[in-house]
Amino acid sequence: MAAESSDSEEEDLVSYGSALQPLQEGERIKKPVPLQEQTVKDAKGRYQRFHGAFTGGFSAGYFNTVGTKEGWAPSAFVSSRQKRAGRTVLGPEDFMDEEDLSEFGIAPKDITTTDDFASKAKDRIKEKARQIAGVVAPIPGTTAFDDLIGPSKITVGVELLRKMGWKEGQGIGPRVKRKPQRQQPDPTVKIYGCALPPGLSEGSEDEEDEYQPENVTFAPKDVMPVDLTPKENVHGLGYKGLDPSQALFGASGREHLNLFTGGSEETSNLLGDLRHSKGRKLGITGQAFGVGALEEEDDDIYATDTLSKYDTVLKDEEPGDGLYGWTAPKQYKSKKRPEGEFKYIGKILPGFSLASKPSAPIKIYPPPSLPRNYRPVHYFRPVITAGKESCQLQKALEESTGKLESDPTQQGRHALNAAQRREQLGETELKGPAPSVLEYLSEKDRERLKEVKQASEQQMKAKIVSQQSANSRFQVASPEEAAHKWQMHLGGQLANAGSSDFKPFAKNPEKQKRYENFVKSLKQGEKGERLERFFDQNMTEWERGREQEEFFRAAMFYRSSNSTLASRFTRAKYEDDVDKVEVPRDQENDIDDKETAVKMKMFGKLTRDNFEWHPDKLLCKRFNVRDPYPDSSIVGLPKVKRDKYSVFNFLTVHEPTTSVTQATNEKIQESNSLNKPKKSSRWDVSDKEKEKKDSISEFISLARSKADVQQQPPVPAKEECGTGTTETPPTVQVADEDKNQEEESGRPPMDLFKAIFVSSSDEKSSSSEEESDEEQQPTTSERQSETTKQVDIADCSSSNLQENVTASTDSGISSLPTSKQDLDATEEFGPKLPPAFSSGTTWQQQTEVPATFPGPSKKEKHRKTRERHKTKKERKRKKEKVINLNIDF
Amino acid sequence: MAFPQPRPARAELPRQLVRTLQCGQGAVRAARFNADGNYCLTCGSDKTLKLWNPHRGTALRSFPGHGYEVLDAAGSSDNSQICSGGADRAVALWDVSTGRAVRKYRGHAGKVNCVQFNEESTVIVSGSIDSSVRCWDCRSRRPDPVQVLDEATDGISSLKLSAHEILTGSVDGRVRRYDLRAGRLCSDYIGSPISSVCFSKDGQCVLAASLDSTLRLLDKDTGELLGEYTGHRSTAYRLDCVLNELDTHVGCASEDGRVYFWDLLEGSLALSLPVGPGVVQSLAFHPRLPCLLAATQGQVTLWREESFRPEGDPEP
Repeated sequence: MAAESSDSEEEDLVSYGSALQPLQEGERIKKPVPLQEQTVKDAKGRYQRFHGAFTGGFSAGYFNTVGTKEGWAPSAFVSSRQKRAGRTVLGPEDFMDEEDLSEFGIAPKDITTTDDFASKAKDRIKEKARQIAGVVAPIPGTTAFDDLIGPSKITVGVELLRKMGWKEGQGIGPRVKRKPQRQQPDPTVKIYGCALPPGLSEGSEDEEDEYQPENVTFAPKDVMPVDLTPKENVHGLGYKGLDPSQALFGASGREHLNLFTGGSEETSNLLGDLRHSKGRKLGITGQAFGVGALEEEDDDIYATDTLSKYDTVLKDEEPGDGLYGWTAPKQYKSKKRPEGEFKYIGKILPGFSLASKPSAPIKIYPPPSLPRNYRPVHYFRPVITAGKESCQLQKALEESTGKLESDPTQQGRHALNAAQRREQLGETELKGPAPSVLEYLSEKDRERLKEVKQASEQQMKAKIVSQQSANSRFQVASPEEAAHKWQMHLGGQLANAGSSDFKPFAKNPEKQKRYENFVKSLKQGEKGERLERFFDQNMTEWERGREQEEFFRAAMFYRSSNSTLASRFTRAKYEDDVDKVEVPRDQENDIDDKETAVKMKMFGKLTRDNFEWHPDKLLCKRFNVRDPYPDSSIVGLPKVKRDKYSVFNFLTVHEPTTSVTQATNEKIQESNSLNKPKKSSRWDVSDKEKEKKDSISEFISLARSKADVQQQPPVPAKEECGTGTTETPPTVQVADEDKNQEEESGRPPMDLFKAIFVSSSDEKSSSSEEESDEEQQPTTSERQSETTKQVDIADCSSSNLQENVTASTDSGISSLPTSKQDLDATEEFGPKLPPAFSSGTTWQQQTEVPATFPGPSKKEKHRKTRERHKTKKERKRKKEKVINLNIDF
Repeated sequence: MAFPQPRPARAELPRQLVRTLQCGQGAVRAARFNADGNYCLTCGSDKTLKLWNPHRGTALRSFPGHGYEVLDAAGSSDNSQICSGGADRAVALWDVSTGRAVRKYRGHAGKVNCVQFNEESTVIVSGSIDSSVRCWDCRSRRPDPVQVLDEATDGISSLKLSAHEILTGSVDGRVRRYDLRAGRLCSDYIGSPISSVCFSKDGQCVLAASLDSTLRLLDKDTGELLGEYTGHRSTAYRLDCVLNELDTHVGCASEDGRVYFWDLLEGSLALSLPVGPGVVQSLAFHPRLPCLLAATQGQVTLWREESFRPEGDPEP
C-alpha cells in the first residue's frame, strides 16, 4: 500500500524543466565552464578560432591550413594502369571544406533563390529599364506578366516604402500638385552628367493647359536613372572590340536591327546590356520559338555559317588593275582610292558627326619631269691617280672618255692636299719653302708655261670640234664687247685678285677651270677674242656669252667677298716657341682707344674690360662667398698657351717677344727708347721720354760709381753720401743693390728681381758678387761710351728722382742713410714715397712755387756729386779694360 | 601722427685741428684708423708700426719687426690683430696684445704698398710694387698665398676690400675690381697712374685718385664717370683719397701740404685744410665721425668738426 501511495504521491508532483541525466557510476560532477573559458567549436569539435574581423569569418581548416594537423598532403601516386576509368578530375570542390559547401559557405549546395528571382525592386536600374521597355516595347505591358511570375520576396526597404504608399514607378518624396506626367522618356533629350532637379525641368511643360483638378496631387516624378558605366579599358571612346556574340550571326544581324524597332534606338541602347546578358546566358534563342518581343535582336536567326563564305582556294581573282598578283606599293594603292570614298565604318560616337566637308587634300608633289632624252644609265668615269697607273693608260682613258678628270676638286676632300685646301678656304699662301720646282720660277715664266699648256689642250679640243669652233668664229664680236665692258668695270680689282683663292664653280670642275683661266687671262688684259678660247667649244654661242657674263660677275663678286672674309683672319703674330708660358686668355688691350675715351671723358663701356675671373676656392670660403665657378679648376683668368711672358715684364719695356736670351745692349737701349712713349703706365707721365732716358742713364752712372765704391773699402761710400748717417746698412747690401741696378740696365729684369729677392736677408760673400760683376763687365763696357754721353745730357735736365733724393738728404733730419734713399729712388717703379721731411724752405713757399720744388741750389749740389760719379766711372772703366784683357786671355 | 624725419644733419667736415701726434718714427708713411675708429695705426719709416689712441693722443704700443719702412697697415675687425706691409717685401700679421709678429708672409717681389684685411679678418690681401696682389690666409699655416692676382702690368698702389670684392688701383692706370661672388674682373682704364682707390660707403661707387691731379668717382657697375674733382696737386707721390663718413664729400691729400675736400655731388671744392709744410702722405677718415687723420712728415694730425669740443678743454 505504502508503495502504491508513494507512487501516487509521485504522480501528484508537478515537475518543472527537464531532468538531469542520472549520473553514471563513478562519474564526477562536471564543473560549469566559466564564461571566459567557453570556446566555440565547429561541428567536428574543432576550435573555431576567431580571426579576420574584416574578412568576417572563422579560420578555415586546421590552424589556417587544410583539415589535418600535418597540413595538406599530396595524394599518393597511384598507377593508373589498371584503373584508368576510375581516374577522376579534381574540381574546386575537392579542395573545399564542408563549411564552404554549406548554406553560408562560398559554394553552397543547397537551393536558394537567386537574384534574378529575388525581387523586382532589387536592381532599380534594371527594373526601370524593364518598365520602360514594357511601355515602349512592341507589345506593351509585358512587364505585367513578370509581376505575376515574380516571387514575393522583396527587400525591407521596398516593403517599407510600399507601406508608406509608394508604388513602383513613382518617385520618392511628398506629392506635388502638377499634371500627371507620362513616364515616357523624351527620346530626343539626353542627359549627361547630373540630371536637373525635377522642378526646374518641368517648368515649361506646366504651361500646357489641360484640365487640372484642384485637389489632386501626384507623386513626384521618378528620377530617370542614368546609365553610368565607367570606362575601364584603355580603348578609344566608343570602341567596342570584336564581340564574340556577333561572330557567327553578327555582321549581318547588326545591320537590320533598327529596321524593326524604328526610332527607339535609345531605348534599345538602354536595354542593350540587359538583353545581352540575358539572351546569351539563356542560350535558347530558340529558332523554334520564333523571336519574342523581348528577344534581344532581330538576328538573322535562320542564317547558317557556311564554308562558302570563306575563301578556300587561292584563285587568281581579277583585281581590276591588271597587275595580276604584283603587289603595288602602298602609296600607290591608297592614291588610287580617292579621299571621299573612305567610308566611316565604325560606330560614330554620340555627340560626334561625320564631317560634311572633307579635310584639305594632301598636296602631292610630282616627281621632276625628266628630260625627254634622259637615259637612266650610269657610266663610269674612272678616276685616275697619277701615281698608280702609267701615264699612257691615263691618257688612253682620257681619250676614250673624252674628259679630263685630273682636276683635284673632283676628288674627295680627303684626297686634297694642304695647298688645295688652302686654296679652297681662301687663305693666302704660306711664306715657307717653295714646295715645287714651279715655285722657283718667276711669275712670268709660270704664266707662260701655263699658257703653253692651255694652248696645247686647246688645240687638242679644237681638233675634235673644229667645225663647231669655226662656226662660232663668226660671232665673236658680242662677247668681246662684253669683255670690254667688264674689264672696264672690274678695273683694278682684278689686278690684285689672286690666282685661284676661291672657287665659285667648284661643283663643276671644268667650268671652274675655265673660270680660272678666264680670270687669269683677264688679268693679263687679254681681249675678248682670246678670252673666248677658254670657253667650251661644245657650247653654243649664247651659252658662251652667258658663261662669260657669269665669269665676270663671279670674278667681281667672289673676289670681294673672299677678301672680306680673309680680312677677318690674321696670321699668328708669333712663331710658336718651345718655351711657352700660359698667359691670360683675355688681355686688356687697345689702350689707344681707351686713352681717347678717357680724354673725351667717356668712361664706361669704352674704358672697361670685363673678364671672367676665377677666385680660388679657399678664398671664396674665407670671404664667405659661394664659389661662382664650382666646377672649374681654373684659378685667376682663364689661361691660354702663348709666348713667353713674365710677371716681370712690367719692369722693362713692353716688348711682347722679349726672350730670355741675352739681347745685345744696343738692342735694349734701342727698344727702351722706342718703347718709352708707349709706356703710359710708367711713372712720370708729364715729363717725357727724354727725362726717362736721363733717369736710366743716371741709374747706370750711379751703378758704376757704386760698383767702384764696392770695390773700394766701404769708407768712401759713406763719404760720398755726404751726410752723417746714423744707420748704415751693411756695405754688402749696397753692393748688392748696385749689382741689381747694373743688371736692370743691362739684362732682362728677371735676374734683377731674382737678385733683389735673394739680396736683403741673405748674406752673400762679396767675392761672389765681384765675380758676377765681372761677368757683367763685357756687356757694360760696350755700352760705356753711350751712357756717358747720356749722363752729360742728364746733367742739364730738369728735376727727377735723384734730385728728390738730394732734397731729402739735404734736410739733414733724415734718419735714413742716403744710400738707402738712393736705393728707394732707383727701385721705385710706382709712385714715390714722399720725402720724409721737407727741406729748409718754409712750407708756404713750397705751396706758392710748386714748380720749382726742389730748389735749384740742390741741383747744383747734385751735379757735384754727379761729377764725382763721373770720375769714379772713369776709374772703373780702366778697371774694366783690365778685366776685359783678362777675359781675352 | 608721425612727425617727419628730422632732416639729416648737414655733413660737417673736419676743420678744426684737435691734436697733433708727434710719432717719432721717421716719416709717417700711413695713418689708419682701426675698424671702429677709436684707435689708429701709424706706419713709420723707421721700420716700426705704432698703435695710438688719437683722440687722447696716447701711444699704446709699438710693433717693431719690419725690415724696412712700413708702408701700410690695417686692423682686424675684432681689433685683435694688425697686418702691415713694408718695403722689406714682407706682410706681417701682428698680435695686438703681445705686440709681436705672429706671422710674416714673404712672397712679394717688391715693396708692399698696401694691405687690407677682409671682412672677417681671415685673409690679408696685399698689393705690391711687383704688380701682384696676394691673398694670404691667416687661418692656416700656409706659407704661400691663397691666390695671386697678377693681372696688373705695373705696381699696385692701392687696394681696398669690400665683403666680396677686391678693388685695386695700379700704376698702369687701371682700377681693377675682382668680384668674388660673380667671378668677374672689371678693369677700368683711367690712364694716369692710380695712387689711391676707395669704395664709397654705400658700395656703389669707386673713387680713384690718379697722378694727373684728378679724383674720379666711377660707377662701380658700369664704370661710368660720376664725378671729377680737381684742384689739388698729385703728380709724383702715392697719396690717399678718402670719402667722409656720410659719403657727401670726397677728400684727397695733396703735395702742397693741404687736404682738399670736394662736395661729392657738385664737385665743388668745399674745404682746403692746411695740414703742414710737407706733402700730406696719408689720410684716414673716421668710419662714423667727421674726424680726419692726416699724416705729414713725422707727425699725424687729427681734425674734427668745428663744433667738436675736446674733453677737458675749457670752453673758450
